[in-house]
Amino acid sequence: MSGTRVLVGTRKGAFILTSDEAREEWTVDGPHFPGAEIYHLKGSPLDPDRIYVSQSSGWFGQVIHRSDDGGATWATKDNDFTYDGVPGEHQWYDGTLRPWEFTRVWHLEPSVHDADTVYAGVEDAALFKSTDGGESWSELSGLRRHDTGPQWQPGAGGMCLHTILEHPTDPQRLYVAISAAGAFRTDDGGETWLPINKGLRSGEIPDEDSEVGHCVHHLDLHPSNPDVLYMQKHWDVMRSKDAGDSWQEVSGNLPSDFGFVIAVHAHEPETIYVVPIESDIHHVPPEGRLRVYRSRTGGEEWEALTEGLPQENCYVNVLRDAMAVDHHDSCGVYVGTTGGQVYASHDSGDSWTAIVRDLPTVLSVEVQTLS
Amino acid sequence: MNATVTIRVVLPAPLRTMVGLDREVDVTVEGEVTQRTVLDVLERDHPALLGTIRGRADGRRRAFIRFFACEEDLSHEDPDSPLPEAVVAGREPYIVLGAMAGG
Repeated sequence: MSGTRVLVGTRKGAFILTSDEAREEWTVDGPHFPGAEIYHLKGSPLDPDRIYVSQSSGWFGQVIHRSDDGGATWATKDNDFTYDGVPGEHQWYDGTLRPWEFTRVWHLEPSVHDADTVYAGVEDAALFKSTDGGESWSELSGLRRHDTGPQWQPGAGGMCLHTILEHPTDPQRLYVAISAAGAFRTDDGGETWLPINKGLRSGEIPDEDSEVGHCVHHLDLHPSNPDVLYMQKHWDVMRSKDAGDSWQEVSGNLPSDFGFVIAVHAHEPETIYVVPIESDIHHVPPEGRLRVYRSRTGGEEWEALTEGLPQENCYVNVLRDAMAVDHHDSCGVYVGTTGGQVYASHDSGDSWTAIVRDLPTVLSVEVQTLS
Repeated sequence: MNATVTIRVVLPAPLRTMVGLDREVDVTVEGEVTQRTVLDVLERDHPALLGTIRGRADGRRRAFIRFFACEEDLSHEDPDSPLPEAVVAGREPYIVLGAMAGG
C-alpha cells in the first residue's frame, strides 16, 4: 500500500503528517525548526525523500534547509539570493520608487524535469534557480528586468513571487505569479518573459487593460492539459485556455470570488477547488462557514463542500499556498488554515476531517503521494 | 608573521541549534581582532551562519542582531575598530545577541 506525506509550513515551525493510502490515521511529526517561520516546504517529485524548506525570520534572515531522507534529518543549504547586477527600482505603496530588496523566499518549486533543479520565488519579486539541489542559486533576472519592472508594486503582503508552475513536458516553459504585478510566462527557460494578464480586470487600477498591476493570488494547472490555467485573483476566479494569452472569468455562483487558493484535481483536469473568503478586508469565510467549493466544469458552476468542515463561528483564513491535492486513486484534497487546522478529504472533497488541530498559523500545505 | 588569538564567541540559541554548536565557540583570528575579522572567521568556519548575522548582499548587521562585549553595546561601533583587550585576551566573550523584540 502506498503512503501519504503532508508537509505543513507554519508561523512557528514545520510539521510532517504521514498516513497510508486510506488516510484515516495520521502521525504528526514536529515541530521541525521550532519557532521559525516556515513559509514553504516541498518535496521533489522525482526524489520524494528530498525536501526543501524555506525558513524566514526577522532576526536571522533567510535559511534554506534540505532533507534527503524524508525529513528525518536536515542540512542547511545556500541562502545567497543576491540579485543579478544592479537591482533597480519598483513602485512603493505611495507611488514612489524603491530599490529591490530581498526579504524572504516565499515558494520553493522542485523541478519535475530534473531532481537537482529547484526554483525559488522571493520577495522583492524575483525568480532564482538552483541546478545543484540548493547548494547555489542564480537569478533568472530576465523576469525582474522586464520592461514593466519599474511599474510593479507590492500587495498587502509584500511584493512576492509566490507561484511557480512548470510545464509538464517542456522544461523551457514556466509560469510565475507576483503580487501585485500579475502572471508571467517564459518559453525559453527564463531568459525572457511575457506578462500574461489580458482579460484580467482589477477595478481599482485606473487602466483595466494594464499589462501589469494585477494582484494574482495563485495559479494551477493539470499536467494533462497544461495550456489551461486556473487563477484565483484578488477578486475573480479566472481560466485561460491558451497558456495565459487570454483569460475569462469563471467565478459563477461562488458566494465570494475573493480568495487565495486554487487547486486542480489530480485526475480530472476540469475539476477545481477554491476557498471563498468574505472580502479583501475581512479575510474570513462568508457567514462564518468554512466551505471548499468544487467545480467539475473548469469553473462557472460551483458546489459547496461542507461535510466535516465547521459551519458556524469559523473565522479562519486559508492562505495562498495552503491547499494541495494528492495523487491516490481517490484524490485527496488538503486545506490548512490560519487557525492551525489541516483539513483533509480522501474522496475528492465530498467529506472532510481535521487531521491535525491547534498548530500555529498554517502558511503552506503540500502533499506527497509515496509509492 | 601575524599572531593568532582565540576569541570566545557567544551565539544566540537558534543559531547554536542550527549549526550544532555549544553556547560558546572558539574563533581563531590571525592579525587584528575586530568585529569584522571575528565574524569573517566565524562564517568561514560555519558557512551555515552566512546571512544570519550580517546581510548576504551588504555585509551589514541584521536589524535585530546586537553585538556586545564587556557589558558594552558594540552594535553601532565601526566594525573595523579593535575589540576590547579583555576579549582579545580571552577573559571576556564577544556576544552575538538576538534583540528582544516581539511586542
